[in-house]
Amino acid sequence: MNKYLKYKLLIFVLYFSCSQDGKSDFNGYVPTPVTLEIPAVFEDRILPPVIPTNNPLTEEGIALGKKLFFDKRLSANNTQACADCHNPTLAFTDGRQYSLGIDDIEGVRNAMPLFNLAWNYDDRFFWDGRGLSLERQTFDPITSPIEMHNTLQNVVQVLQEDAEYQLLFEQAFRTTPIDSLQIGKAIAQFERTLISANSKFDQYLLGESPLTNEELEGFNIFMDEERGDCFHCHGSQNNPLWTDNMFHNNGLDTNPPDLGLGLFTGDPNDNGKFRSPSLRNLAFTAPYMHDGRFETLEAVINHYSEGLNNSPTIDPLMKKVADGGVQLTPNEKANLKAFLLSLSDVEFTNNPKYSQP
Amino acid sequence: MKIKYMILAVAFMCSSCSSETDSDTVVNLRFTHEWNNAVVTADDFGTIQYVNAFGNELSIERLRYLISDLTLTKNSGEIIPLNNYHLIDLESENTLNLSSNQSVETGTYANVSFIFGFTNNANTDGAYPDLNSASWNVPPMLGGGYHYMQLDGKFINNIGNEVGYNFHAIRAADNPGTNPSFPQDTFFEVNLGPLTVSENNEIIISMDIAQWFKEPYLWDLNLYNQMLMPNSTAQILMYENGQNVFHLNSVE
Repeated sequence: MNKYLKYKLLIFVLYFSCSQDGKSDFNGYVPTPVTLEIPAVFEDRILPPVIPTNNPLTEEGIALGKKLFFDKRLSANNTQACADCHNPTLAFTDGRQYSLGIDDIEGVRNAMPLFNLAWNYDDRFFWDGRGLSLERQTFDPITSPIEMHNTLQNVVQVLQEDAEYQLLFEQAFRTTPIDSLQIGKAIAQFERTLISANSKFDQYLLGESPLTNEELEGFNIFMDEERGDCFHCHGSQNNPLWTDNMFHNNGLDTNPPDLGLGLFTGDPNDNGKFRSPSLRNLAFTAPYMHDGRFETLEAVINHYSEGLNNSPTIDPLMKKVADGGVQLTPNEKANLKAFLLSLSDVEFTNNPKYSQP
Repeated sequence: MKIKYMILAVAFMCSSCSSETDSDTVVNLRFTHEWNNAVVTADDFGTIQYVNAFGNELSIERLRYLISDLTLTKNSGEIIPLNNYHLIDLESENTLNLSSNQSVETGTYANVSFIFGFTNNANTDGAYPDLNSASWNVPPMLGGGYHYMQLDGKFINNIGNEVGYNFHAIRAADNPGTNPSFPQDTFFEVNLGPLTVSENNEIIISMDIAQWFKEPYLWDLNLYNQMLMPNSTAQILMYENGQNVFHLNSVE
């Protein structure tokens, strides 16, 4: 063995022996790991959040994701950021029936609120479940011709030309150049930190705050199979996500104009099914349903009470469909609404951690 | 040379300390489902294609159920626990298979058994985060705890309309509210009889869904279809009909 080969081997071994912890420095920088803080109301009740092993949370990744989330340069004409349709003060919705894209074209679905996404155990996103991971779903609005109307290549190029972004990506992912997967990973990291768990009802569950009689009675209606029967799809005191994250046809249309899950799976049995949204933060997320058809909570409750439409794929959990629904009295409706509003979390919508940087 | 002997000695000690023998094996179970003798999978959901013993035409759109206290009983009478509880969901393929928590000796056993649902002691409200996350809970006004089964679908009612049914089995409760009462237990023990456990085999446990509607109570979905959770009469009928829905299909 010649002496130079020996030295080369030595350097090679030294390099890898220094890299065994998986945190080899990139220009001397090692990102700081972050452990998601589990809210007390979730801790003993539900399974831990889903954090992919190939995208662990870091301070740098989260900060980069937040910067990207609020950056209008992700859109083709630099006019629209993720936050334009996902406003933190509206629990990351936009208050519109359909969001407007950069070309002033309306979408066909209501902007979904963003919180507690790390607890979506099946990792399926959007109203129709077509987003098969939080990382990948970020590409959809960026490239949709009726939303941000950009290309991933263009976004990467714009960010690559920005010295600050170059540094932030290097610090977060320890590689260069920037690639689109890192964009998805960073935004997903930020989105996983959007946690809502301090509503009045959360405080009640933790023994910190009483509920009114109306709110308590509304909860009973919610949990009563003979009245509201909301709990089968929308959680309970033991599942305070207030969603099952599953797909149901909740009787909106006899002939659903939007096939929802069926459009994605191609299975006619999935036609008209949409993901159950969480009932947290309803005070901020009007209008309601996948198409934003109901402007008020009263209209939503009226739908389940007497407005159901039968169809081949309506969920069997929908009760008394032939009568239009569960036939709640005006007083029951008012109490149910009071309970639903107790699930709203003002601390979340005012949290400076989530606001425009 | 000394080092070699030491390594060999340590390896020998490790293997001799192990409680497992060469004939120990993990028990693998698979849960299958049928309607009378026809196989039922999630691919069959959503189509009205079954006729129950009463004559109701029906579909299945969801089937989830809970088993607990899965055990093997040796011929000596010793009971070997295999699994605490397991939620089976036909739409989630990985839940149809179950491997025991511990290895057991290969050979013949007098019985394999489990509880359908939870015993009352185990049915503690909110105690199982995985079941809470699966929205498997029973409302507090009915005593809390967990569902035993959710069988949902549609049937053709007596005026020819297609309507939903929710065959949800829970602990039967009366007087819903802050102090419900419990007329009788509705969990039950399923004993599937003797079997032979050998290495790499799979025990197949099958549920005949049709049996839920068959006997001793001839179930007419026109009478009992939805809102059966607060209906203790319906719960007791489910309990009675459920006694023979499971059987040991085969050991492969």
